[in-house]
Amino acid sequence: MNCANKKVVVIGATSAMAEKCSRIWAEDGKSQFVLVGRNELKLQSIAQHLVVSYDNVKAEIISLDFNSPQQIASMVERLYEEGVVDIVLIAHGFLPSQEKCQEDLKYCNEALQLNGLSPILFLEAFVKKMEKLNYGHIGIIGSVAGDRGRKSNYVYGSAKGLIETYVQGLQHRLAKLNIKITLIKPGPTNTPMTAGLGLEINRLASVDLVANDIVNAIAKGVPIVYTPRIWQFIMLLISNIPRYIFNRLNI
Amino acid sequence: MKSTTTSWGRVFEVNSECFELQDQFQAINQIKSTETLIPHGMGRSYGDVCLSREGAIYKTSKMDRFIDFNDKTGVLECESGVLLGHIQEYAVKRGWLLAVTPGTQYVTLGGAIANDVHGKNHHKYGSFGNTVVSLKLLRSDGSVIVCDPELNREWYCATIGGIGLTGLILSAKIQLRPVKSSMLLLETDFFDSIEQFIKLSKKSEGGWEYSVAWVDCLRTKKTRGIFFRANHSNDNCLNFKKNKIISFPFMPPISLVGSFTLKWFNRAYYLSHLLKRRSSFVHYSNFFYPLDKIKNWNRIYGSNGFYQYQCVIPENQAEAGIEKLLGIISDAGVGSFLAVLKQFGNIPSVGMLSFPIPGITLALDFPNQGEKTKHLFSRLDEIVKIYGGRIYLAKDASMSNQLFSDSYSNYGDFIKFRDPKFSSMMSKRLTGV
Repeated sequence: MNCANKKVVVIGATSAMAEKCSRIWAEDGKSQFVLVGRNELKLQSIAQHLVVSYDNVKAEIISLDFNSPQQIASMVERLYEEGVVDIVLIAHGFLPSQEKCQEDLKYCNEALQLNGLSPILFLEAFVKKMEKLNYGHIGIIGSVAGDRGRKSNYVYGSAKGLIETYVQGLQHRLAKLNIKITLIKPGPTNTPMTAGLGLEINRLASVDLVANDIVNAIAKGVPIVYTPRIWQFIMLLISNIPRYIFNRLNI
Repeated sequence: MKSTTTSWGRVFEVNSECFELQDQFQAINQIKSTETLIPHGMGRSYGDVCLSREGAIYKTSKMDRFIDFNDKTGVLECESGVLLGHIQEYAVKRGWLLAVTPGTQYVTLGGAIANDVHGKNHHKYGSFGNTVVSLKLLRSDGSVIVCDPELNREWYCATIGGIGLTGLILSAKIQLRPVKSSMLLLETDFFDSIEQFIKLSKKSEGGWEYSVAWVDCLRTKKTRGIFFRANHSNDNCLNFKKNKIISFPFMPPISLVGSFTLKWFNRAYYLSHLLKRRSSFVHYSNFFYPLDKIKNWNRIYGSNGFYQYQCVIPENQAEAGIEKLLGIISDAGVGSFLAVLKQFGNIPSVGMLSFPIPGITLALDFPNQGEKTKHLFSRLDEIVKIYGGRIYLAKDASMSNQLFSDSYSNYGDFIKFRDPKFSSMMSKRLTGV
């Protein structure tokens, strides 16, 4: 395996968490980046920052249709023709308006596609290649919202729940191999995604902390990580609240 | 979303709509739908220059990307939210440093330009604006103006020191200066009159790049102080030093700076320097940013916050003016641990509203004691007015609109460059809009 060509591929590279992770990896000495997103101008400015800030970093940008299996498959094919992928971070998504999802089925469909199906297409495409080489690390960003559906965000939550079950299956399939898939479940974090929610900034986790947890968990191949850690206990409680009590809660 | 914003002095607190800008594209998209706004970097200015009650506050510290660096010429281009500290960290490893830096590294590039900050080497490099090669300015109609000394020179001069009123600075190119070492050679000397301070400053100008003095603001008989001067070393040792930072852990109910604590601190500080070696090597981060080691040091002034009073008295009457000011301050028996005196050089400031003029600048903090402090300041303002000086807008929280229009006579030329949607608490206080 030619280690010199090992790449870090960041899907949804313009998200705040993904950008922070990219910087941490560049700081750690990773030097080949592929930044994948939809907005070329933003991707370009993120790539430029990496190239200027860190010596010997190369950063390629790719924009594609995130819902197209063909485009995703071709992209992954091409990346592996050019070299080995070391780490993939799948970080794209958006927080849809639950109300709008309930009103507008087309919008609901878009939300489920981009938050649930699209990450899975990337997962499956990369795993297929990694399995052949018996090498690779994938981090995929889920959410604590996937742990239990609740009325305020179950469209988003269920998409993340879908990802969790899918990842469990993949981890089972790859258990004997040298491929690690890490499911990251952040609690509410201070990013543009939560900007419209009316939450106090000091109740949101910092992107720096979450990004550090993501990078460390992927490096260690941890199967599931909650970040900040306290969310593991919070979600354990929430998941176990009996239905007749849960249904009376306004969350 | 509304949230509470304050500035370093913690005297004003506003509850306004805040937007944390992630990048230039968001800024361009967002701005057309906002009625009134003011940009806000790290909020390390002391008064109300970066605050707005009725308008929105556009926070820029996440627009923090590097765009380009030419390691032959030392010209660095970044988004306006990049911290000066990150620039220093990046530059020093490559044999460069900021040509001009204020006393804290936790200032954004945009904030440094908008306030036209200055440093301890004013007579060599001027103020921050003198190092700006060009900048990109976003106006509220969505247009972007590229300003440099040749192209759109008037916009360039209006925006540098323009306290955020001409538009939002998206990015800028600045000229760094080459260094062989991250260390500086520091020398200390002592003086006990303003006259002696002026002599020391003049004597140091030729051979020393950096100079600043600490003065004991409580002494009534003689104005004693410590004179610091420094040059970059040539030892070829370039390293970034990550200093251990401690946080001032709580907000005391009252100011820890009072006439008793101040008297003893000043004595101890003076004595400690008398006992130290007069010449030593110091890392740039310790020389430029001594207070940055204590995160939240502004808490020592308690929950009422504090003011910083910084003015400059023009050259020809500087000695008399400064002595008068110090006399009033020591009579009042209040003041701060860190009273700073510095001689500005002759390099003209670029900005229409830039603060530095040839003369002596005095800066010190005062715990906020309400009317008592305001009364002291109006006495000090009188002296500044009589001696033809001015007050530094980045620190100001109390100047009258009359003193502003008397001392910043270029405001008349500046008005046409103001963006109609950009307004701050300071602009309302000093200009009515």
